[in-house]
Amino acid sequence: MMDSRRFKILYKVSVIVLAVLATLLLSSFILMILGADIFRTFYTIVITPLTRVGHLTEVFVRAVPLCIIALGVAIAYRSGIINIGAEGQMAMGILGFTTVALSAPELPRPLLLPLALLAGVVCGGLWGFIPGILKAKLQVSELLSTVMLNYIAAQFYSFCLRVPLLDPAEALSGAGTPQSARLTTSIEIGRITGRLHYGVFIALVLAVLVYLFMWKTSFGYKMRASGAQSRAARYGGINVPAYVTLAMVISGAFAGLAGGIEIAAVHRRAIEGVTNNYGFSAVVVALFGMLHPFGIVPASFFFALLIYGSTLTPRAVGVPANIVDVMQGLIIIVIVTTQMILQNTYLEDRLYRRFCARHAGKEA
Amino acid sequence: MEERIRQLRMEHITKRFPGVLASDDISLTVDEGEILALVGENGAGKTTLMNILMGIYQQDEGRILINDREVHFKGPEDAFEAGLGMVHQQYMLVPNMTVTENVALGYKKAWKPLKLDLDMVRSRVVEVSEHYGLAVNPDAYIWQLSVGEQQRVELVKTLCLGARFLILDEPTSALTPQETDELIELLKRMKDELSIIFISHKLNEVKALSDKVVILRHGAVVFSGDTADYSSGDIAALMTGHEIVLPENKEPRVQGELALSIRNISVRSDRGFLALENLSLDVHQGEIVGLAGVSGNGQRELAEAINGLRPVESGTIEFFGVDLANKSPYYVIDHGMGYIPEERNIEGIVPSFAVKENFILKDSDSDRFSRHRFLKKKVINDNAVTLKDQFDIRTPDTSTAAGSLSGGNIQKVILAREITRAPKFLIAVYPTRGLDMGAIEFIHQELLKKRREGIGILLISEELDEIMNLCDRIAVIYKGGIQKVLTHEEANRRTLGIYMAGLKEEE
Repeated sequence: MMDSRRFKILYKVSVIVLAVLATLLLSSFILMILGADIFRTFYTIVITPLTRVGHLTEVFVRAVPLCIIALGVAIAYRSGIINIGAEGQMAMGILGFTTVALSAPELPRPLLLPLALLAGVVCGGLWGFIPGILKAKLQVSELLSTVMLNYIAAQFYSFCLRVPLLDPAEALSGAGTPQSARLTTSIEIGRITGRLHYGVFIALVLAVLVYLFMWKTSFGYKMRASGAQSRAARYGGINVPAYVTLAMVISGAFAGLAGGIEIAAVHRRAIEGVTNNYGFSAVVVALFGMLHPFGIVPASFFFALLIYGSTLTPRAVGVPANIVDVMQGLIIIVIVTTQMILQNTYLEDRLYRRFCARHAGKEA
Repeated sequence: MEERIRQLRMEHITKRFPGVLASDDISLTVDEGEILALVGENGAGKTTLMNILMGIYQQDEGRILINDREVHFKGPEDAFEAGLGMVHQQYMLVPNMTVTENVALGYKKAWKPLKLDLDMVRSRVVEVSEHYGLAVNPDAYIWQLSVGEQQRVELVKTLCLGARFLILDEPTSALTPQETDELIELLKRMKDELSIIFISHKLNEVKALSDKVVILRHGAVVFSGDTADYSSGDIAALMTGHEIVLPENKEPRVQGELALSIRNISVRSDRGFLALENLSLDVHQGEIVGLAGVSGNGQRELAEAINGLRPVESGTIEFFGVDLANKSPYYVIDHGMGYIPEERNIEGIVPSFAVKENFILKDSDSDRFSRHRFLKKKVINDNAVTLKDQFDIRTPDTSTAAGSLSGGNIQKVILAREITRAPKFLIAVYPTRGLDMGAIEFIHQELLKKRREGIGILLISEELDEIMNLCDRIAVIYKGGIQKVLTHEEANRRTLGIYMAGLKEEE
């Protein structure tokens, strides 16, 4: 007979497969309305990027920030607070990273890179702390506070790139493209091939660490208890407000770190639009990955594939790249629905018992 | 006037759920003017059977006949149409609407196009409540009413909707003894015009009210006959399959040192008024002190204040010489307090967590279950298996989500955790509410065992039998203060009932 652990994995895999199928079906419908070649569109988005190394490295470049931010979003979500402010936290992280990198370029690499990344982590964490503490102490809805802080961060980011951090060369030339000066080479994270960089290993290591932290330590246990049923957690002597705040700080720190890595490895200067909606997509990635690191890693690859694949569609099949936004929207709806139905532990237990009963019947 | 229900028969009803036979060839008959008691332990299939009768489930085999005509209910609406009405255990009332408005929710005759004819509903409510002697104020808001009054509203609502056959699911589970007596009298009067099926665990009510009794066990009828022919003991034995004698506290009183000394505490409720006012109470080691009272008189606030879950405005809570007032829950737990909370499903356990995870809710940082903050998987698993066996927790395995267990098993999970943490003191709030006889017996035995070990217990309960069986001393709480403290010998149902109703001395 199948044990409960294997059943759980099978169960979650079938949830994902079902969600993918439902999304494909719905997006086919939309493509049909657009009059596009459905098969070729899907082929361009999902298969073409896998056929060449050059494409594949670009997919990984997008997967790295998605994965790191989604890990943080999952920590917050599991602890009972929904972080849709990662976009702003990432922007603040980039500012922290860039400021340190620009102000101390003469520092040696082993000192400068960690210091700058730390600045990114701190800034992102601080931007997560604000909604965290507001929720923990005053029950301010994090949905409101994180979204509002996104706006503030976006404007502050624009301001910094236009005034204090503006590239002096831009100021002189008068072109005024809002971007920082190019950072010193000693802060760069190395590339493996193409633009694929070593940040990919940071993401994978973080996934393992998050798994260990959330499921193997008492910290993670308490955070998950706070998120799963805060009254029971409080009853059990767990300081729920502290853990909720901590979760949000960690979540923001992950987004800040992702921002720092993105600059150090890909752009090498702070530019407008670098956050690229990763903060929002990562929420979908986290949900799609069942809020578990080992689901988030493949989910971030999958979404990176969609995001990159969609940049190929306008030329290949004449379908606007925005179609991926539509698909993301569909996925959110499908995911939330499927989760409500299938991630219901009671239902899962019932299905498991049914499964056992059927197996027992067969064996008898 | 619709047709009267002269007879309702369920014949050979069988209902299978995956892996379970919920109803196994059940037959029963109710004639006009009869009261049938449907008794059985939790999970015996009582509610399933009534849900089939109300059209919420469809039977796999068997048929339902009204006045010898077979009926098919595709949903509750069909059952209403035929004159059946059910009052559920959880009242289905909207708190911030009036009685009339609540009735109007289901009263389709008043649903005119673009207008809800509330006057018509109101007059119907008045008419029904006068006819049956069910005193309700049609303009009162539900939140203003006591539990007993709310139940009358449920009855009025069901009757207004045209029910001529009532199904009551554990109607007395939330009532005070006085309210229970009133309800029984009321139902006895009503049976002249109605037939009633009522589901109950409480055998004295079954004896007092019903004409016939049907006992279910594991989905099948194990007994069916006239109530008058059998004693409560007989019925209990048939229900559980073995003799049940609830344990009694007969051992000599050994009052140890003062464990918990509450002095003049005042505590506010969620709505901001004083739920406890200058309340004082002492509990010693080795005694069980019962806190009797109608729920809503400050019991919840008292338990929460002691356990650090609610701020204390004034006064002290001395616990072995330490003041617990306004300390954190962690501080209270750390000083050796064990607590079985009122809300077992959402406070006593994390429902989505596995049973084994729930066992370490208070101890995830202890040396026993973790080292350097890393959880010891093997110790946690072994502990869970041991407790599952020791406390006879019925669960497929210890990785099952605790929230998917039955109420009795959830309570055993909580009890197992609280008792094996070796507390210096135990507070149990309504520990057996809604549980079946087998589970009650088990929990009572465990509480008495702890008492024998010399631990003090504060037992908050509204079950007078439970309190009188177990307690060395009984304190009666009324409107946030201790009305009277009685010894076990001084207490009887009558005096307790009088003090619980707020009267000072027997007149």
